[in-house]
Amino acid sequence: MAKARIKVPKSVKKGEVFQVKTLISHKMETGLRKNKKTGKMIPRMIINKFVCNYGGKDVFVSDWQAGIAANPYMAFFVKAGDSGPMNFTWTDDDGNITKKTVNIKVSG
Amino acid sequence: MSEKFMTQKYRRRDVLAMAGTGVVAVAGIGLFPGSAQAKHFPRHIPVAQAIKEKIGDKPTKSGRITIELPQIAENGNTVPMGFEVDSPMTESDYVKAVHIFADQNPNPDVATYRFTPQSGKAKISTRMRLLKTQNVIAIAEMSYGTPYMAKTPVKVTHGGCGG
Amino acid sequence: MRIKTQGILFAAAVAVGLSGFAGFASAQMKYKAGDRRSGYTYATKETQAIQDDDLGNPAFLWLDEGEVLWNKVDGKAGKSCATCHGVESAMLSDVATRYPAYNPDLGKLQSLEQRINRERKEMMGAKPYKWESKQMLSLTIYMKNQSRGKPMNVSIDGPVVPFFAAGKAFYEKKRGQLDMSCANCHNDNAGNMIRANLLTEGQSNGFPTYRLKWQKPGSIHRRFRGCNKQVRAKPYAYGSDEYVNLELYVAWKGRGLSVETPAIRN
Repeated sequence: MAKARIKVPKSVKKGEVFQVKTLISHKMETGLRKNKKTGKMIPRMIINKFVCNYGGKDVFVSDWQAGIAANPYMAFFVKAGDSGPMNFTWTDDDGNITKKTVNIKVSG
Repeated sequence: MSEKFMTQKYRRRDVLAMAGTGVVAVAGIGLFPGSAQAKHFPRHIPVAQAIKEKIGDKPTKSGRITIELPQIAENGNTVPMGFEVDSPMTESDYVKAVHIFADQNPNPDVATYRFTPQSGKAKISTRMRLLKTQNVIAIAEMSYGTPYMAKTPVKVTHGGCGG
Repeated sequence: MRIKTQGILFAAAVAVGLSGFAGFASAQMKYKAGDRRSGYTYATKETQAIQDDDLGNPAFLWLDEGEVLWNKVDGKAGKSCATCHGVESAMLSDVATRYPAYNPDLGKLQSLEQRINRERKEMMGAKPYKWESKQMLSLTIYMKNQSRGKPMNVSIDGPVVPFFAAGKAFYEKKRGQLDMSCANCHNDNAGNMIRANLLTEGQSNGFPTYRLKWQKPGSIHRRFRGCNKQVRAKPYAYGSDEYVNLELYVAWKGRGLSVETPAIRN
């Protein structure tokens, strides 16, 4: 189960466009490396999808290939709607899912 | 999923490679994988093909996109990259997706970022991998009209006394 | 297809803890002291920015784990590190500035890893962590990060005099097929290129460091081993006397520089 870190502002005003920063631990194995001992290629194993869901909608989605660096850092923006949970989902090539939720506090 | 599509492409490419072009060793990457069934990816797809797979035959125009990348990458395996697309991000006029390509990577398709009007800004920061000196290309598909394209070169060096 | 869901409560707690985070003010840091310079000053601004971002610095993934380990009960005595040392320990606040340190009970110089394992054995009845294991890296990053911003200040007096002398001798001795000493690169050629890499002074103030080359953090002993292999000398073991003495000398070389753990370097 991958470890993830998330940063959002402590509170935002309604309609404010705020930055969300995320970081998750993952090797992002490219599938292009060789195991030096066995001589076999190490299969690709990466996180290939990232979803940010807020206010009942997927507000930001991204598809990743092996050209995304290890321990992927993803910062993006969201417009503040109502207070409530912001759900994050990372999915890897095997379909394993890491989920995290933070609370968005909206004033005004 | 694109993985199956890639595997088919690889098979054809493998035959072509054996037919006469020989094996090209890419520094630090290793040789051709043996089995087309495994989760392996082709050695190199032309970036034009990767772009076509994302946006078809649409022409692009320049402008609206600002890409942030170092001139020289400290290490090609972790290159901070950001972009911003100039757009009001309203229901009727927003950035639908931005596709990022690295034209000399084994797989030039790096990532696709999909925005909504709730994004507020079509702006992201991340870190990418660059195998060697090459261009990073961003193509922004808008909610209507022609896609925009921007290109930035990045120098990547190899070899030293890294330890 | 497996779905592993983190408890919302835990995730929310982590988020609350993090959302109060300011980025670490790099203005507080001393990257230069006298004629000595931190590896930070040789890095590109993009690399510096990764280090300075407390959310985005990938080594913080290990730091978070280190905090968990600090508070985790482990071993036959039913204690955690925090049981004796407290959750917010005053001891931690300068640990990175003064290690390797002399342990009078043992009559030996010890690196932090060795001290941790000794305490785990004697006080906790817990198994030692392997030197380069995820647990040891996580715990040492967490502990040393508590000293961030404080000046490196190892003692080289009294009982550690012979260890310091041994470390200095190691640093200056040519070794390996390439017949080079640490000093040849890090004293004589800091700021010059060796093929495509820029040589630094080889300071230790950011260790354990997340090296872009490793795509994970590593200890200074790992770095010593790498350097020795690069001049085609046989590397010493993790935790060897040679490397602990060398670590003391290198820490003294960086005196006055701020602790940066966890640093980002190439």
